[in-house]
Amino acid sequence: MNDLLVANSVSKSFGNFKALNQVSIAVPKGSIFGLLGPNGAGKTTLIRIINQITMPDEGAVLLDGQSLKPMHIRDIGYLPEERGLYKSMKVGEQCLYLAQLKGLTKTEAKERLKYWFDKLEIGDWWNKKIQELSKGQAQKIQFIVTVLHRPKLLIFDEPFSGFDPINANLIKDEILQLRDEGATVIFSTHRMESVEELCDHIALIHKSNKVLDGKLNDIKRQFKSNTFEVGLESFNREKVFAEIQDKFEVLPATFKNLNDDIKLNIKLGEQASPNDLLSFLTLKAEVHHFVEVIPSASDIFIQTVKNN
Amino acid sequence: MNHLPLIIKREYFTKVKNKSFIVMTFLSPLIMIALIAVVAYLSQLNNDKERTISILDETGYVKDVFQNTEFTTYTNLTGLSLEDAIALVKEKEDYGLLYVGKAKSLDDVSGHVKFYSEDSPSISVISSLEQQIEKRLKERKLELDGVTLAQIEASQTNIEIAQESFEGEKSSKIDNVVKLAFGGAAGYLLFMFIIIYGNMIMRSVIEEKTSRIIEVIISSVKPIQLMMGKIIGTSLAGVTQFVIWVILGGVLMIIVSTIFGIDLTQVQSPQQEMMNQAMQADGAQVMAENLIVAIGNLPMTNLIIAFLFFFIGGYLLYSSLYAAIGAAVDNETDTQQFMLPILMPLILAVYVGVFTVIEDPHGTVSTVFSFIPLTSPVVMLMRIPFGVPLWQQGLSLLLLIGTFIFAVWFAAKIYRVGILMYGKKPTYKELFKWLKY
Repeated sequence: MNDLLVANSVSKSFGNFKALNQVSIAVPKGSIFGLLGPNGAGKTTLIRIINQITMPDEGAVLLDGQSLKPMHIRDIGYLPEERGLYKSMKVGEQCLYLAQLKGLTKTEAKERLKYWFDKLEIGDWWNKKIQELSKGQAQKIQFIVTVLHRPKLLIFDEPFSGFDPINANLIKDEILQLRDEGATVIFSTHRMESVEELCDHIALIHKSNKVLDGKLNDIKRQFKSNTFEVGLESFNREKVFAEIQDKFEVLPATFKNLNDDIKLNIKLGEQASPNDLLSFLTLKAEVHHFVEVIPSASDIFIQTVKNN
Repeated sequence: MNHLPLIIKREYFTKVKNKSFIVMTFLSPLIMIALIAVVAYLSQLNNDKERTISILDETGYVKDVFQNTEFTTYTNLTGLSLEDAIALVKEKEDYGLLYVGKAKSLDDVSGHVKFYSEDSPSISVISSLEQQIEKRLKERKLELDGVTLAQIEASQTNIEIAQESFEGEKSSKIDNVVKLAFGGAAGYLLFMFIIIYGNMIMRSVIEEKTSRIIEVIISSVKPIQLMMGKIIGTSLAGVTQFVIWVILGGVLMIIVSTIFGIDLTQVQSPQQEMMNQAMQADGAQVMAENLIVAIGNLPMTNLIIAFLFFFIGGYLLYSSLYAAIGAAVDNETDTQQFMLPILMPLILAVYVGVFTVIEDPHGTVSTVFSFIPLTSPVVMLMRIPFGVPLWQQGLSLLLLIGTFIFAVWFAAKIYRVGILMYGKKPTYKELFKWLKY
């Protein structure tokens, strides 16, 4: 078994509205799995089903090969998008309470909390009430509570919202470290740059259906159009441009460069090799810039959603 | 995994440690006692006031009936003219002047009695005067018919019907009063408890929604566990508060009445004098004895057990509905539309209890309402002191438990869906749809 979590054809309706339609995903062990989709696509419903907050109408969810049972709650850490804490409760008391709900004993919880509070340098917050903390500070507490019971599966829904860049980085590093220590992470966000940075697998849900999934690199390979971004320098710009346009499909390109180059996006045919293009170009002009255009997660997202 | 004890503990301690809860717990009895003390003190003041009432009797029938009492002195102004008498009373600043004008005969007197005073006189003074005059005129009329005063005295009889059930249980009039007091207190206590702590549960559910912690909690515990934990924890806090109120109230009552010498039992005393007269006739001694017998006559074991069951059953039934309302809405202002259907049966129960149970504890209306689950806890608790057959109690309790289970199922459904719904005010139609999610 290489997949920690498998959802098999999961469907869920609310009245006449179908929130999920036969959605299947497989989250490999030790991966960071990006669960993407426009607002209202059904991501939260799927996450809630994994957390056993909502029951699916059809289909099954397996964790480590076993179908989900109440005891699996201990194996999952969930940071919902709609999150908060008891405002008038003290930080320490609250963390202990939430940790005990996840099945830790009081002493265990205290030990681990001490570790985390020291690590994030927030030891002096123990006796403060949540309402005395800033939003970002409360988010830190929330993060600790989510990971405290060392779950196999961590689910983060927009984990960076509310954090300044420094703290966002801190949390990102913590997530990566947890992954390195063996945890599997499901990561739902609209920030494509963090998907790019963190995820190795993604699934895209759109209008209740899964429309795309797999390794991020495989998907990118699938989406790339054999297009190359080139920057050329030549005394005879018009002639070179005309010759290239004659032979290849050319689009204008914009990128930053020191020289006042001819900037082009050149699309090759299915079979053509970049070497052919390069050798052709070197004959015509001086090549300063030659990069394959790799679609970003954002491009893939927008393209897929638009096409559906 | 059973998290119920953990949740109960948290709910309990959050409530109990809450500042406003602590303030309310200790301040309410103080305020109540202070209020009662002030009212008692004021009415005592009123009662203690010495008043002088002047009598001008031109018929001579009634002038000598009035005996001075502790607080009231009567002066006889016979011989003066009405104008002079009024002037004199004004000058002396007496309480007022009772004037009995010239009458042709005894029958004619009633049309000629008047009371002159600066301010409008108190009802108790007037009725006491009326009673005394009526008594005297009646005696006079009887004397005219040839009956002597001694005969009148001798003809006075006082009937006290001794009541005994077929099983041989003795009871008296005062029994019914005691039964009413016990039943009424139990029913009313439940009513208050539901309103105060039901609301508290509702607010605590709303708080979890508005603080957005709910999804975090719900990913660790089942909604029904959270709901039950909330209900039980809040109820325990409520019981704690009630016990403190009772103890503190009792202690304060004793302190206030011993230190300040205010008799707190004399709060309702506009008719104090009349009451006292009535009491003297009956004999306070006998009353007290009857009271003790009456309390002894109550089916105490049944009362206590039934109280526990109906109180807990009724309270849980209503509080699960309150929890469901809390889950369905986003803020407290939206609760109004859902509160009405809950409050209606509750208020109805209290009305039925107060009006019909007193009239006829085993009549059709009382019996029917003591079976309908939403009203049965209050009505049944009021009926039980009058002796309700065990099968009726059992059946009613069974219905109550059945409804309670249904209500918890219903509330849990609403709760499960509602706690994750934000930003819209649900309609009844939507609530119904939630049941099928």
